[in-house]
Amino acid sequence: MADPLAIDVRGMTKRFGGRTAVNQMDLQVQRGEVCGFLGPNGSGKTTFLRMLCGLLRPDAGSGTCLGYDVIGQSEAIQREVGYMTQRFSFWEDLTIAENLDFVARMYAVPDRRRAVREGLERLGLSRRRHQLAGQLSGGWKQRLALAACLIHQPQLLLLDEPTAGVDPKARRDFWEEIHQLAGQGLTFLITTHYMDEAERCHRLAYILDGRLLAHGTATEVIRQARLTTWSVRGPRLPQLAERLRALPGVRQAASFGTTLHVSGDDAAALEQTIAPLRTQEHEWRRIESGLEDVFIHLMDRSGTQGPS
Amino acid sequence: MTRRRAFSPARFWAIVVKEFVQMRRDRLTFGMMIGIPLLQLLLFGYAINSDPKRLPAAVLLADHGPFSRTVLSAMRNSDYFDFVRQLHTEAEADAVLARGAALFVVTVPANFTRDLLRGERPALLVEADATDPAATSNALHSLRTAVDTALAADLQGPLAALAATPGPVELRVHARYNPEGITQYNIVPGLMGVILTLTMILITGLAITRERERGTMENLLAMPTRPSEVLLGKIAPYILVGLIQVGVILLAARILFDVPMAGDLGLLLAATLVFIAANLAVGITFSTVARNQLQAMQMTFFFFLPSMLLSGFMFPFRGMPAWAQVLGEGLPLTHFLRIIRGILLKGNGAAAIAPELWPIALFAVLALTVAVKRYRQTLD
Repeated sequence: MADPLAIDVRGMTKRFGGRTAVNQMDLQVQRGEVCGFLGPNGSGKTTFLRMLCGLLRPDAGSGTCLGYDVIGQSEAIQREVGYMTQRFSFWEDLTIAENLDFVARMYAVPDRRRAVREGLERLGLSRRRHQLAGQLSGGWKQRLALAACLIHQPQLLLLDEPTAGVDPKARRDFWEEIHQLAGQGLTFLITTHYMDEAERCHRLAYILDGRLLAHGTATEVIRQARLTTWSVRGPRLPQLAERLRALPGVRQAASFGTTLHVSGDDAAALEQTIAPLRTQEHEWRRIESGLEDVFIHLMDRSGTQGPS
Repeated sequence: MTRRRAFSPARFWAIVVKEFVQMRRDRLTFGMMIGIPLLQLLLFGYAINSDPKRLPAAVLLADHGPFSRTVLSAMRNSDYFDFVRQLHTEAEADAVLARGAALFVVTVPANFTRDLLRGERPALLVEADATDPAATSNALHSLRTAVDTALAADLQGPLAALAATPGPVELRVHARYNPEGITQYNIVPGLMGVILTLTMILITGLAITRERERGTMENLLAMPTRPSEVLLGKIAPYILVGLIQVGVILLAARILFDVPMAGDLGLLLAATLVFIAANLAVGITFSTVARNQLQAMQMTFFFFLPSMLLSGFMFPFRGMPAWAQVLGEGLPLTHFLRIIRGILLKGNGAAAIAPELWPIALFAVLALTVAVKRYRQTLD
């Protein structure tokens, strides 16, 4: 394939009334890459995905998706993209097989019956093929949605929070499936709020208030944040956290089960601040910052305290 | 045992407040709650007239004597007859009645004045389009008195004897198409149009809003489709449903109500297809405008109400004031009623129904154009 980039867009902007949902966003995603798309609710992830697959017209921006112009060739893009909506959007009064058959017809898939049969088999839906989609549990609905998105053999899959409300086992199976497909050359752009899922991605893009704040592999994103994190173990941690948050050099203090993570972007200042608190009572340990530390930090630093 | 909770005015009030807030958010529903009563008030109050006057009549005048003029002006003065045209042949008279251009044809025979003066009781022939008995009955009832009174005024002095009973002229009334004046003959074919209007618009009105409400619209839009594919695809199945309804109604009309079927049923079917298409197009247009299924249903009702009242289904079309007739001419049902009554009761052919068919076809094309224009391919 000539173009090694599945997604290559610049300056993508979308405004709704006076609100800018996506602001001057650039994003490049390699073919065969699983790109995690993160950011708090309302940060513009869904809007960005919808612009990529032609569901929303960008107010500004240019670039290509699978080599097609994102502005003028959305029909060509739609033919080669699978888009899984955040809310289950297949027909609940059709069975699994009927849903897949409908989608296959809409994309004019050659040898439709075989495509449907293979789709059912690949995601283990064969036994339930005659069940109504509306009667499926969350995990099965998500499998149906993935099978339907794959039926026309797309090059790129845009998945909007595909695993929300799905149990851990089903989530793991789902990610195994995704990596297998990526191994066959498919490109994924997946939004998620789960840190374990973020770690399963090749690269991450973190977006806040419609702006891209960080982009790279998990290690790169963590390194770029230049965050120092200490973990504290001991009694009365909530009170300690309350005290720490008011002190200089402390950007955040967050509970992780029986430990407290204290981080700051100025390592020296943080160490100075916590020095008098390092008593016998509490066990302090410097640790590697995790993705979650970094993301919460990114969120706070840009001054947004909105609900997430 | 759980204790029964007492009625809490605070909780009751919470529900009241929430309902008001939601009502305010749904502007269209609120508008309809005000608009529908207003519409009903105006239509029932002003447009509906169960004693229709100034009905279009044509005259075939073979006698130009003074008594002919007396008779005609007496009819005009009764306020029931409005002579809109003068005819010259019987064929013309038949055509005018078949097309519905006039509800009455009055024939004044040759030598009417002479025969009257001779006391020979000449016949005055009044042919009435009786497909809708309600439209013509009052006018026909008034006829005898109007004619006799007017002639009595003219027949003074030596001629007064002629005014005596049984009247100086013989009134021959021909109730055409429905001589017994059976209302079912008029209502049952009309019902077919009414039923098709309601069900076809309602079903397709929900078609797009349902996708939107269930969240499946986003999925549909993400697929490479054209608006016409989606819209026509949603209309097509209901054409079949409409045809099944037509079959059921026609069968019932025949078996239960014994409605005459004078014309060509194939022609009726073809015209009905056009009518079904027009209604489906209206429905799909509503579907692209309404934001949810409730709104689509309200819009259907808003269209259905004037269709039923102004089309000539419930009340004689000719009895309505001019503005209401103009509105009525814009509704597909008005034209369809003329077609179906024309074919079933009058035995009209293609040429007679053509002037009523093209407005329906035009309506369908316009509505579908609006629907395609309104249909959004994006979520913007």
